[in-house]
Amino acid sequence: MRSMPNSQTTVQQAKGHAGSSTKHESAHKHVSGEAIYVDDMPEPAGTLYAYCGFSPKARGKINKLDLGPVRQAEGVVAVLTADDVPGHLDIGAVFPGEPLLAQGEVEFLGQPIFVVAATSYNAARRAARLAEIKIDSERALITVADALEAESFVRPPHSQQRGDAAKAIKDAPIVLEGEQFIGGQEHFYLEGQVSLAIPAEDRGMMVYSSSQHPAEVQKLVAEVLDVPMNLITVDMRRMGGGFGGKETQAAQWACLAALVASKTGRACKMRLARSDDMSSTGKRHPFYNQFTVGVDEEGLIQGADITVNGHCGYAPDLSDAIVDRAMFHSDNAYYLGNAKITGNRCKTNTVSNTAYRGFGGPKGVILAERMMDDIARRVGKDPLDVRKLNLYTDEGGRNVTHYHQTVEHNILEELIEQLEESSNYRARRAAITEFNQHSPIMKKGLALTPVKFGISFTVQHLNQAGALIHIYTDGSIQVNHGGTEMGQGLHTKVAQIVAAEFGVDIDDVLVTATRTDKVPNTSPTAASSGTDLNGKAAQNAALTIKQRLIDFASEHFGLATSAIKFADGEVQLGAQTMSFAEFSQLAYMNRVSLSSTGYYKTPKIHYDREKAAGRPFFYFAMGASCAEVLVDTLTGEYQLSQVDILHDVGTSLNPAIDIGQIEGAFAQGLGWVTTEELVWNNEGRLLTNNGATYKIPAVNDLPEKFNVELFERANPEDTILNSKAVGEPPFMHGIAVLCAIRDAVSSLADYRVSPELHSPATPEKVLWAVNATRAQAQAEG
Amino acid sequence: MIRFLLNDQPHAIDNCDPNMTVLEYLRNELKENSSKEGCASGDCGACTVVLAELVDDELNYRTANSCITFVGNLHGKQLITAAHLKEQDKLHPVQQAMVDKHGSQCGFCTPGIVMSLFALQKRSDHYERGETLEALSGNLCRCTGYRPIMDAAVQMYEPAEDDQFTRNAEHTKKSLNKINGDADEVVTLSNGEHHYYAPATLQQAVELIASHPKARLVRGGTDLALEVTQHLRTIPEMIDLSRVKELNKLTVTDTEIVIGGARSLDSSVETLKNYYPEFADMLARFAAKQVRQQGSFGGNIGNASPIGDTPPVLLALNANLTLKSASHCRDVALEDFFTDYRQTLLKSDELIGDILIPLPEENAHLKVYKISKRQDDDISAVLAAFNLSVVDGVISKASLGFGGMAATPKRAKATEAALIGQPFNQATIDNAKQQLAVDFQPLSDMRASSEYRLEVSRNLLQKAFIEIGLELQQENDSPLFVDATQTRICSHA
Repeated sequence: MRSMPNSQTTVQQAKGHAGSSTKHESAHKHVSGEAIYVDDMPEPAGTLYAYCGFSPKARGKINKLDLGPVRQAEGVVAVLTADDVPGHLDIGAVFPGEPLLAQGEVEFLGQPIFVVAATSYNAARRAARLAEIKIDSERALITVADALEAESFVRPPHSQQRGDAAKAIKDAPIVLEGEQFIGGQEHFYLEGQVSLAIPAEDRGMMVYSSSQHPAEVQKLVAEVLDVPMNLITVDMRRMGGGFGGKETQAAQWACLAALVASKTGRACKMRLARSDDMSSTGKRHPFYNQFTVGVDEEGLIQGADITVNGHCGYAPDLSDAIVDRAMFHSDNAYYLGNAKITGNRCKTNTVSNTAYRGFGGPKGVILAERMMDDIARRVGKDPLDVRKLNLYTDEGGRNVTHYHQTVEHNILEELIEQLEESSNYRARRAAITEFNQHSPIMKKGLALTPVKFGISFTVQHLNQAGALIHIYTDGSIQVNHGGTEMGQGLHTKVAQIVAAEFGVDIDDVLVTATRTDKVPNTSPTAASSGTDLNGKAAQNAALTIKQRLIDFASEHFGLATSAIKFADGEVQLGAQTMSFAEFSQLAYMNRVSLSSTGYYKTPKIHYDREKAAGRPFFYFAMGASCAEVLVDTLTGEYQLSQVDILHDVGTSLNPAIDIGQIEGAFAQGLGWVTTEELVWNNEGRLLTNNGATYKIPAVNDLPEKFNVELFERANPEDTILNSKAVGEPPFMHGIAVLCAIRDAVSSLADYRVSPELHSPATPEKVLWAVNATRAQAQAEG
Repeated sequence: MIRFLLNDQPHAIDNCDPNMTVLEYLRNELKENSSKEGCASGDCGACTVVLAELVDDELNYRTANSCITFVGNLHGKQLITAAHLKEQDKLHPVQQAMVDKHGSQCGFCTPGIVMSLFALQKRSDHYERGETLEALSGNLCRCTGYRPIMDAAVQMYEPAEDDQFTRNAEHTKKSLNKINGDADEVVTLSNGEHHYYAPATLQQAVELIASHPKARLVRGGTDLALEVTQHLRTIPEMIDLSRVKELNKLTVTDTEIVIGGARSLDSSVETLKNYYPEFADMLARFAAKQVRQQGSFGGNIGNASPIGDTPPVLLALNANLTLKSASHCRDVALEDFFTDYRQTLLKSDELIGDILIPLPEENAHLKVYKISKRQDDDISAVLAAFNLSVVDGVISKASLGFGGMAATPKRAKATEAALIGQPFNQATIDNAKQQLAVDFQPLSDMRASSEYRLEVSRNLLQKAFIEIGLELQQENDSPLFVDATQTRICSHA
């Protein structure tokens, strides 16, 4: 018999349970710099540093590849090409088409062609630039227009429809048409792509990867190295930001590090410098949207014909699902009547675009909001009134989407009215109209926009999760689950859920690094699903152990199960109580298993893509945002004066974390529609590939009046403690800012013109919109 | 050998490549990983460290981007990172405030933000929003939306007791004084191949320049370091002017403001505010606090970038430069200094000694506008400075400086000619606007199109006209004056 740890603990109110604003589990380590990211880990002796040689051209055959100067460079240990890959060369996440290293031809400027490993990071970077690469250039497709003209697609077009859109539009009293260019977005996670691979026995590999999808990294490393998956372990403690950029696109750098480690037998780290990270990893898809919408005199939509064209880049990556999600969300919160939605997946010779917070959703939502503004100007109403008029409603059957899912538990009307009131929308609207009449240079704009966002992976099999919980004999609890921590507070929420089940202090629950050898076959931490899936899985694991403990206690103490309670770090056993630690020891001594897995799969969801009908989403998360801007009509500059957000998180698991998610998502949405501009030249070179030229919001871009409130109402669906997912939906609150800028510009034409203003609305674009709106107002007298 | 305090411990670096950055030194040599590399170009602030140095025998805490600061620059200073703030297991009040207010999410930018807040807390004793925004403008956070970080800045002023830095201040001063004991020595660092010299006096500096004509001059390294971290070049010889006493002075005479070429941008703002508030306001938007504290006027002028922010203003103010070498000293008009794209009159044996800015003239109005995609920490698409004198309703003098419009910072001579001697009215302005296209044929690039640059320049002239018109009405106490016309979005400055 072994000696037992001391289990004397002082019992007090257990803290940190679900529902409380518990601090982030790593907060104290973040602020002191003690939180360890992949690049901070101690390196094994002899660690090599890998770097890539990148294609200097966007498209063509590799005519010459002289790696001699690279091999001879100081510190170089190995130089590898596609020919050195023992297993699969293709690392496409869903569909093939993404070679680990280019072979024979290149498909975008910045594509990795070879990898060099050297004894220092700088030596590897310097050596990588010494290759002589000659490409027989072919005509590259750079823009969506290029791809549409060439009918170049990474995946076939797809449509969703309900009713006869063409007829409804034809019969409508008013028909509006428009097009919309929407820029992409660089993730700009502060921690760039990084991976460390350490060779293990039997051709195995231990891989530390800053990845949202360790299971996929594991699979791809195994395939590249041509070994079974059980030899590969991927470990992810935390990312310095992911936002979708590390869902599929962390794998390449992990595979390259593992390839070098496999070939040399030495540990290998691969970390991309910021400019290469920006040039050689995918971004949010730029979109080109077209619409024709028929409305009645009041502005009620009768029918809509919408085409969304996603700029996918050279390979499919996740583009099929991303464009699908844009289609699913091109209604946003509105009943489109008879509708046809078509999605094209345009193939260009640029880096393969990828997931980014909201996936395709924002590109659909922004179109719907554009239509609302255009309709409002045409029928002479406040855009908010047109929005409210067109909301999904249970009345008259106007609650079924164009993909035939019924919008249940719709709280938007109530939520919007609450925000309308709390933001003082009507009074501010009147004051702004007045201000604009007397302010010749500066114009104010106001907009209140809703969001309805479908929660679930639209690829059904991804909606599953696993967890693993151990209780040790001192009562401390270790939790592992399939989700990854990228700052969103997932581990904190999961720890809160587990702590609540066992009635212990959150400090007694440790969530450890995500590891493929602890919980296998996991889904990416994406689609806002992290807590929904992994929280439930962890809860299920906890419930399994708890049931064993209850059964044991019931038998051991001869108690009814109802007399056994876990609370405040204690276990109540009828009249007596015992500390959780003591009780854990007792259970162990009586041979009760204190470890369990847990599993969860989302119920109710189904979708028939052939018929484009079903219930792809378990539920919808909703919210609304009201933004006010001040626009300088001489320069096109603008300032965000105030933002009010009311957002639906169901029953909040952690209000502080949820508000943090909402604010942060809004800030990213703000950047997407304002200052974050990606510029490529005609050769396909990304010109905005560093922080000097690509501008994400800084502290002064957020307004002093930044009011975020939770619309707390239990999710009627059986989600984890009736909460709602929160990662992506609030991203779309940024769209209110674009609408507010258009509103300010529209004032130049007495709100009769809906200004042409594409995203991102840089000062330059705003100035052109000002000029065009003035000209149009004058032309129309 | 470079000597500095690493937190509270004396530390020396010898036999080291002077091309190494402070961040590389911390992470690769010391394995001290609290400072993060986000961009290696001074654009994100994740690597922010605090450098404390003695100014008038007081400890002056300021921030620097360690990713673009060469190790040599540490000499004589105290280097503090996020790893140094805790006392035993107790978080520093700034750190605790960030925890309490949920100021971190992914945590990668957090050590840098903590250091910017720490320096701010050391510089001022109470929360002020504008000052806080300015302190944080160079620290990008991609997760939070900044609101909780601002809340942390409010809370961080509430500690009950002094932190260890304040308690140990006298000892720190003593240690720094000891390190700086040989203050008149040239500090050197070399790995045998690459060499770094940090002279203490102007005489040493010009002599070093004379004997090392190919050496690159550096002050904060905020521009030069990019050649190393972004273009992977190696700089064989560097002469760091930051220690040169004569080049760090700022004096105001009866006729001009004299700013030493190596004086930091940030430390000149207070004086400029008294004479040219528009100039000082613009400087609050010049790069980020970290860069303004490291970078100098001389560097911003000497690198002759067409998009440097100070040259257009200095051109409009008719500033002059004193160029100095071991053998001579000469004054040149800034207007003549820029000869072509990144080319200047500066000879290989010269340095920029002083920047001479005439004091404001009676009847003169300076208007400065910076146009960029983002308000803070962005490079200008256009920087326009209008210096107009209006006497009895006539424009008596006009000097207009522009950045982003040509291969060099440049005066708008044709436009000036169309203004001088003309009545201060809309017709004159309309006519002058046409001349901007004579003066400039700007480029299109990722920041703005040629058409926008020209259009916005015309509109800024219009805006200057409106604003100066309002000032004139106010001065004359004209009954026409109404303070209703808002003409600018308010920056935090």
